[in-house]
Amino acid sequence: MEELPAADPVRAPVPVAPDRTDASGTSTGETGPDGTVIATTALTKRYRGGQLAVDRLDLAVPAGSVFGFLGPNGSGKTTTIRMLMGLIEPTSGTARVLGRPMPGASRAVLPHVGALIEGPALYGFLSGRDNLTRYDAADPTADPRTRRTRVAAALDRVGLSAAAGKKAKAYSLGMKQRLGLAAALLQPRRLLVLDEPTNGLDPQGMREIRALIRELASDGTTVFLSSHLLDEIEQVCTHAAVMAQGRLIVQGPVADLAAGARGRLVVTTPDAGDAARVLKERGIGDIVVEEGRVTGEPPDGEPADLTAALVAAGVRVRGFGVERASLEDAFVALTGEGFDVER
Amino acid sequence: MSSAETGSTGTVGPVGPVGPVGPTGGVHPAPARTPSPWWSLGLLRSELVTTFRRWRTLALLGVLAAVPVLVGVAVKIETGDGSSAGGAGGEGPAFIAQITNNGLFLVFTALAATLPFFLPMAIGVIAGDAIAGEANAGTLRYLLVAPAGRARLLLVKYATTAVFCLVATLVVAASALAVGALLFPLGDVTTISGTRIGLAEGLGRALLIALVVAASLLGVAALGLFVSTMTNSGIAAMATTVGLLITVQILDQLPQLDALQPYFFSHYWLSFADLLRDPVHWDDLLRNLGLQVVYAAVFGSAAWARFTSRDVTA
Ligand SMILES: Nc1ncnc2c1ncn2[C@@H]1O[C@H](COP(=O)(O)OP(=O)(O)OP(=O)(O)O)[C@@H](O)[C@H]1O
Ligand SMILES: [Mg+2]
Repeated sequence: MEELPAADPVRAPVPVAPDRTDASGTSTGETGPDGTVIATTALTKRYRGGQLAVDRLDLAVPAGSVFGFLGPNGSGKTTTIRMLMGLIEPTSGTARVLGRPMPGASRAVLPHVGALIEGPALYGFLSGRDNLTRYDAADPTADPRTRRTRVAAALDRVGLSAAAGKKAKAYSLGMKQRLGLAAALLQPRRLLVLDEPTNGLDPQGMREIRALIRELASDGTTVFLSSHLLDEIEQVCTHAAVMAQGRLIVQGPVADLAAGARGRLVVTTPDAGDAARVLKERGIGDIVVEEGRVTGEPPDGEPADLTAALVAAGVRVRGFGVERASLEDAFVALTGEGFDVER
Repeated sequence: MSSAETGSTGTVGPVGPVGPVGPTGGVHPAPARTPSPWWSLGLLRSELVTTFRRWRTLALLGVLAAVPVLVGVAVKIETGDGSSAGGAGGEGPAFIAQITNNGLFLVFTALAATLPFFLPMAIGVIAGDAIAGEANAGTLRYLLVAPAGRARLLLVKYATTAVFCLVATLVVAASALAVGALLFPLGDVTTISGTRIGLAEGLGRALLIALVVAASLLGVAALGLFVSTMTNSGIAAMATTVGLLITVQILDQLPQLDALQPYFFSHYWLSFADLLRDPVHWDDLLRNLGLQVVYAAVFGSAAWARFTSRDVTA
C-alpha cells in the first residue's frame, strides 16, 4: 500500500455528509467494535483454478457511508462481494458484516442486507412482480402478509410499476437492472451491497439510481457500491477503496483520496508567455503553457499573492484558481496505470 | 458452508462493546426480524408455484397424459374385431390383455408402460434442473443471499421433486382411468391370483398402486438432485441423470450382473403388480420402498454435503 494519509483503515469512521451525522449518533450495536459495517482482515480468495483473486484484503466500511469499491476489470471486486455475502468461502482471513462473522452468521446478517451481485438474475417466465414475490418468499424474516405491498413499493421505487406485469424475459437490460435493485429494496436494509448498479442504465436511469442511493444513505443505510466508473464514485460516495490485482491500494474518504493527488494551478490569460515567466519567478514548478492558459503545480503560499504579482506585471488575468484533482487523477497517481485488465 | 445453517436465527445482536466512535452516520435500529415458523412452507409454496408454472413442467405432464390415450386407442383399434389385445404370448406391457374387459386395467397398463422410462425421465428433468438450473440462471445466488439457507433450499427442492413424482404419476393414472372408462367397460376386477374384487376396491388398489409408483421414483429424484448440485448447467444435469437412468435400466437386464441387480433403484419397480394379488405379496413391494429410502438417504446426504460446502459463483 502507498503511504497516503487516507490509506489507514482505522481512520474510519469519519463523519460523513452533515445531513447524516445528526441521526442521534448512537450506535445500535449492529456495527463492529470500531463502528464498521463491513470489516475484513487479511481476506484472501484463491479460486480452484489457482487464480488468486483477492489478496489479504483489509477493508473497513464505516457505518452510514456510501462506500465506493473501485478497481479495473478482474481486480477482485465481485469476488470480495461474494465472500461478504457468504456465497463463497474465503481461502483465508475473516470477514465481518454488521458486526457478525460471515459466512457463519449468514442467517442473521443477510436479512438486513440487500444485494445486487454481478447484475440481476431473473426468472424469465415470471412477471417482474412475481420475481420479487419469489425472492421475498426466500427471506425467512419477510412477512407474507405485507409481501404484496412491499413488492409494489419496491417496484414503484425503481420506476417499474407500469411494467410490473410483464414477463421478465421481455424486459430490457436497464429494466432488468432496476428489477434487481427492487429485489434489494424489498425490506428496509441496514446495508446495501451493489455490484455495478448502473450497468446498462440510460443516463436518466443512472441519475435516478444515484438519487435513490443518496436517498437511502440519508435514511441511514450504508451503501457499498462497486464500480469502475470513477466519476460515479466521485458523485455519490463519501468513502472509497481502490483495488488492483486483488490487492487494496488505498481506502478512505473520497475527499482525502482526491487530495492525495495534487490539483493544478490554472491561470487563464491571453498573455500566456508573460504569465509563465511571472509564475516561474515566483517558484512555481512544472509550468505548462497552453493556448490561452498556463498551468503549474499549486503554490505553497497564498495564491492571492500570485494574482497580485501577475496583475502587477501587466498580465491580463481572466481566470485564476487551483483545479481540484479528480478521483481519476488520484487513481492514475496511485496505480501508475490506466484502467486496463491486467490479467 | 454448512456453518451458515447453524447460525442462530433472529436479529443481529449486539456484539461486544461499541466504544465511543463518535458519529457513526446513524444506523437506525431496525425492527426485530424473527423468522416465522411457517416460513419454510412459504418457500415450498413459492417453489411449487414456480415449478408448475414452467412451460416445460406442463409439457412433461402433457406427454405423460398422452401415453394412456395412445395405449387405449391402440388397444381399441387392434381389438375392434373382437380378438383380445396382446395375444396369448403376453406381448406388450403387463395387463394389456385385460383392458378390453375392464377399462380399469388401462391404469395398470399405463403405469407399467411409463414407469421404466417416461416417468423417471420426467423426474430426471425436474430434479436435474432443480439446483443447476437456478445456478445457470444466476437466481441461485439471490435465493442464497435472501437468505433461503442452503440446507433448507435443498430440502424444499427435494420436496418439490417428490410432489412432482406424485403429480406425474397421478396424471398418468387419471388420464388412463378417463380413457379406460371412455373406451371400455368398467367392472369387477380379476386379480392376478384369479379372485374377483369389486370395482370400488379395484379403484382403491389403483390409487394405492399410483402411490407406490410415485414412491418408486424417490430414489431417482434424490440421484437427480445430487447430480444437480454438481454442475452449473441445468441441461448437463438433466442429461446426466437421464443417462444414468438408462444405463441402470440396461444393466438391470444383463444376466452377468445378477448379484448387483437387487441394489439397482429400478430393480423392484414393477413389483407394484403384487398389489393386484389376493392376498397382496408384500416382499418385493417393501424391498422396493426400502431401496428408495436408502437411495434418498445416500444421495440426499451427498447432495447436502456438496451443496452446503460449495462455492456459488454463477
Ligand atoms: N469462478 C471463478 N473461477 C476462477 N476464477 C475466477 C472466478 N471468478 C473470477 N475469477 C478470477 O478472479 C479475478 C477477479 O475477478 P472478479 O470477478 O472478482 O473481478 P471484478 O473486480 O469483479 O471485475 P469486473 O470489474 O470485470 O466485474 C479475475 O482474475 C477472474 O478471472
Ligand atoms: Mg465484477
